[in-house]
Amino acid sequence: MHHHHLILRVVTKMLVGAIMLFAFYVQFHGDFSPGGGFQAGVIMAVAFIIYGIVFGLDKAEQVFPPWLVHKLVALGVLLYAGVGVVSMLLGYNYLDYDAFSPHHPSHGQHWGILLVELGVGITVTGVMVAIYYAFAGRPPPMKDEDW
Amino acid sequence: MAAEETHHVAKTFMDHLPVLQVVIPLFAAPIIVFIGKRSLAWPIAFAASAAAFVISCILLIQVLDGGFISYHVGGWAPPLGIEYRIDAANALVLALISGIGTVVLPYAYESVKAEIPKKNHTLFYACFMLCFTGLLGMVATGDAFNVFVFLEISSLSTYVLVAQGANHNKRALTAAYDYLIMGTIGATFFIIGLAMLYMATGTLNMADLADRIADEGTNRTIRAAFAFIVVGMGLKVAIYPLHHWLPNAYTFAPSAVSVFLAATATKAAIYVLLRFMFSVFNPSFVFEEWTLYIVFIPFSLLAMFAASFVAVFQTNIKRMLAYSSIAQIGYMLLGIAMLNATGLSATLVHLVNHGVTKAALFMGVGAMMLYSGSAFFNNLNGLGRKMPLTGAAMVASGLSLIGVPGTAGFISKWVLVQAAFENGWWIIAIAIMLSSLLAVIYVWRMFEVLYLTAPDPQSTAKEAPLAMLVPMWVLAIACIWFGFDTELTLGSARVAADGLLAGSAGMAH
Repeated sequence: MHHHHLILRVVTKMLVGAIMLFAFYVQFHGDFSPGGGFQAGVIMAVAFIIYGIVFGLDKAEQVFPPWLVHKLVALGVLLYAGVGVVSMLLGYNYLDYDAFSPHHPSHGQHWGILLVELGVGITVTGVMVAIYYAFAGRPPPMKDEDW
Repeated sequence: MAAEETHHVAKTFMDHLPVLQVVIPLFAAPIIVFIGKRSLAWPIAFAASAAAFVISCILLIQVLDGGFISYHVGGWAPPLGIEYRIDAANALVLALISGIGTVVLPYAYESVKAEIPKKNHTLFYACFMLCFTGLLGMVATGDAFNVFVFLEISSLSTYVLVAQGANHNKRALTAAYDYLIMGTIGATFFIIGLAMLYMATGTLNMADLADRIADEGTNRTIRAAFAFIVVGMGLKVAIYPLHHWLPNAYTFAPSAVSVFLAATATKAAIYVLLRFMFSVFNPSFVFEEWTLYIVFIPFSLLAMFAASFVAVFQTNIKRMLAYSSIAQIGYMLLGIAMLNATGLSATLVHLVNHGVTKAALFMGVGAMMLYSGSAFFNNLNGLGRKMPLTGAAMVASGLSLIGVPGTAGFISKWVLVQAAFENGWWIIAIAIMLSSLLAVIYVWRMFEVLYLTAPDPQSTAKEAPLAMLVPMWVLAIACIWFGFDTELTLGSARVAADGLLAGSAGMAH
């Protein structure tokens, strides 16, 4: 395995960091430029998926264990719904971001959408990686040598 | 801006009820996954559904006078923002869904242990909560696009829940796949319809849609939207020729899932259909009257007879009950097609009564499957005698399925016949009674197998565990109770029917 695809492995190693950085850019710059949680989540997941494709599923699962993936799927939804619940506890409607900064509602809106989109991003990352693990983890019907 | 905000009045717990009953189960699902402990999954799910039930009862009491409650999600006022809108029609369905969910969970505890591998339990309850959220959400919301979102949440989790039956019978996988394809086509048609409505009116809020369609009249786009929405929702409702997914899904799903789906999923879809046909579109439009008379009446009559007839010849009791569900959906559609207040209340009251009845029957079958291993009639021989309490609950709810006086089923059929006479459609009234005779045949077959055949001497069957018996009897007693005390069911159904028939005026701000 380690003797094959030298160029692929080197390029992938270089790219993974850049892909993650770009995911964070799309995530947190999403309110000023095109982007947001969905796109960022998919891009972030791509970093793990390309690592898994090139270095093997077991290596990818060492970096990003499946139990953690499942927790992240739930965590993102919890963050989203939790923002709504907190705004409710502060005496505003569900997901009314004004609650986070009553005197400067526009700041509150800013904080609210940032947190909610972070939740979306976390869940989308988790779901995409979970789908990849589920498909890649299926035992092949026949081994490569049997062809 | 800042000056306005100083006038903000803090919202209280009571103000949040419309959204809370959707948010609580929505929150419960990821918590179950996040904690990831099998022993905590069931308690969390049960607490969430019980809370949703209490909330929906409070809401139902608040709107019984014919008013409505509007909740603005995110503080954005409709028609721009998403509105949750509770009136008598959806409060009744919400109470049904959350009530059934709360009763099914204690039952599920035992049946899930027996039917589903241990490692899937945590995710099963999370999926159950998502399905529950989706059904509640699509009924509670007043925003047309939000209906689609919740419809997808409930559908996707339903496919997973149905597929969980694979441990018992591999055909659950193909059943779930069939349902996935049909359900997705339905949802796609629905969203195409919504897109057309949005194109024609520029709004997605139901009340606003109703106003605009009423003001501007119809055009080809709106008529096409109507057709797409009726067919799309019709697939989820399982209107007779679009019912193909239903028998397999109900037959091969785990018992607890069959109970929950049979009592709630098609009912929520019928509510959405009602909401679109009566509130968003105006029934006075000629094209809608034609749809009701030319499409709904023949197909519902066909469902009542053909599906009941098919049910008579089934060899699997769950399948028989599934076909009977398709026939009962025929009654509900017939009530809609009557286009009068009595017919609509018949639909709404049958929605509740049939939900309770069918849930009790499926619970009985599920309890017997614990010992028989399958739901085929020849595996259930004499089990009514070995499991007297389970058998008795099935007899009580079986009688309600036929519509014997003194049971819930009688009330809904009685109101439906009344509605037929109001329109002078005595042939249809006779058809309703004749199709009930078919129900007598298949329910009698069930009684015969349970009581009049010799039990298998090697059978180890004994009475079902208490956790299954109590929910079963709660529903069986409800079947009888709603046959005598119709104040709650028929009373709120009448208020709801009046609200729906008021058309777009019933949606006024």
